[in-house]
Amino acid sequence: MTRLLLVAAAVLTLVLPAIADNYVLRLTTTMLMYSALALGWNFIGGFAGYPSFATAAFFGLGAYAGGVLQTKGLPMPAAWILAGTIAALFAAALGRAILHLRGHYFAIASLVVAEVLREVTNSATDLTGGGMGLNLPVLPVEVTTQAQLFYYAMLIVAATALSTTALVARHRLGFGLRCIQQNEDAAIVLGVNTRRYKVAALTLSALFPGLCGAIYASWVNYIDPTDVYDVLLSVKPIVMVLLGGAGTVLGPVYGAFLFLLMEEMVWRNVLQFHAGLLGIIVVCLVLFLPHGLRGGGWKFRRRRMGEVAP
Amino acid sequence: MLYIQVLVNGLVLGGLYSAIAVGFSLVWGVLNVINILHGSLIILGSYSAFFAYQYLGIDPFLFVPVAAALLFCLGYVIQLVFINRVMGSPVLITLTLTFGLNLLLYNVMILVFKADFRKIILSPPLGSINLGAVIVPIDRLISMAFALALVGLLYALLRGSRIGRAIVAVRMDREAAQLMGVKVTRIYAITFGLGAAMAGAAGSLFSVMFPISPEAANALLGKAFVICVLGGLGSVPGVMIGGLTLGTIESYSALFFGPEYSVTISFTMLILLLMFRPTGIMGRRGFQ
Repeated sequence: MTRLLLVAAAVLTLVLPAIADNYVLRLTTTMLMYSALALGWNFIGGFAGYPSFATAAFFGLGAYAGGVLQTKGLPMPAAWILAGTIAALFAAALGRAILHLRGHYFAIASLVVAEVLREVTNSATDLTGGGMGLNLPVLPVEVTTQAQLFYYAMLIVAATALSTTALVARHRLGFGLRCIQQNEDAAIVLGVNTRRYKVAALTLSALFPGLCGAIYASWVNYIDPTDVYDVLLSVKPIVMVLLGGAGTVLGPVYGAFLFLLMEEMVWRNVLQFHAGLLGIIVVCLVLFLPHGLRGGGWKFRRRRMGEVAP
Repeated sequence: MLYIQVLVNGLVLGGLYSAIAVGFSLVWGVLNVINILHGSLIILGSYSAFFAYQYLGIDPFLFVPVAAALLFCLGYVIQLVFINRVMGSPVLITLTLTFGLNLLLYNVMILVFKADFRKIILSPPLGSINLGAVIVPIDRLISMAFALALVGLLYALLRGSRIGRAIVAVRMDREAAQLMGVKVTRIYAITFGLGAAMAGAAGSLFSVMFPISPEAANALLGKAFVICVLGGLGSVPGVMIGGLTLGTIESYSALFFGPEYSVTISFTMLILLLMFRPTGIMGRRGFQ
């Protein structure tokens, strides 16, 4: 039954552009983008249990890398792929610097990465346009065709992220990351090369947001630092994964769709206060549904209170 | 001479920074919770001081204890109602909870206070002191004195009072403290309240020195974190040293590289410090 539903959902996502209007197409493109972001975060946050707040940094870096490359005349798909690679390489280097930190220290160190990149982007006016933002070349095709193009681009990224997750979950890497999540010191004792595994997880968690950022930049044609390094881009994927079940394969996708559906139907209508309402939802989610909607996915590690350590 | 002026500016700023960070450090050390709300609580203190001055004519320096009392009550309730439910959970859970609460508080403040920058302009202005070529505005000097006094007061409270000893006991070993008859839940609430009170007091002082807006909350939170790491987590003198260090570094980096790089420089320094000396300048690893 579940398998049948999944196949139906897959077919629907493939044929959707032919049947849906532009509004639905835009909404589903956003959903696919956030699915990819949530799946990306799931590698480091769900599997390895490292509370990363760097998704916005990777997204913004991808957006700016893609945008700048395109304004320098690189064709769009090449710019996207290169941008994703840049984000992944950046994460691999960053991982060597901050992945030895644990707990709070890691969380905050990853949180400030976006702040630093934002400031660098703001200051490098020659390349990025600074606070004025960056205009991307407009595609010489019709609006509907554009919408379909970006839909399929996001679909490919999300589908790749999903299959990578499925692979990782069955592979040594996923097994090692779960060990790290449960008890990192024990994993080291058992001979898991934790540093390499964590760097791999962080790299994967940057690759997909980087790609998404680059596609997003082409999609909206204009990016500025406050928009693409927004801290909510780090937080929303976390909430989605918590909602759907951390460390699971399909959980992040469920979470992303459900979250955006709620956003679209409920709190988007409260324009003045929609971020505040999001805050209320986050609080309720943490207090009342810490295991996510599917229950079993999120292994709630209750440490003994005395030995809480970063 | 310029260098001395910049040093003085940095130290004056650093005094205020210590007061900003000390509550954050206390909550992190005792509760093992990163309080993302801290920046917004400071701004709330600033706004209450601003409105007290604007409408009631109360001097912001005299308002410091009132702001501290108001924020203490708020912090006490927040801890008791929300954060207490997730004590001892993984970092991600406590962090996400305080993040959600902050999102709520921040947006309420945007709604109520608007995002405009406002500043308390003391009338008559207090003027400034000239020491040779070094000029120090008196309002900033008083703010710094108040800030350092507040930090000292907290230190004395933790060292000398019954409640302070209980807080330190819970920090050292929660279970042993419980066995000795300390009501841990209440101590947690008081600690969080104290953290919020320090934020409120620092916020009142902040409103004298800088224009305020809810927008400033995140920057303040970042500074509090950097200071905690600089000084080493969980010791009050460490926070004071961390604050003065950050103030000085920011002043000099603004002089050499321009003020637009101050965040980048302080965070780059933070990451380097975390790589090579994670215990902070004081070099003593706190009870974690």
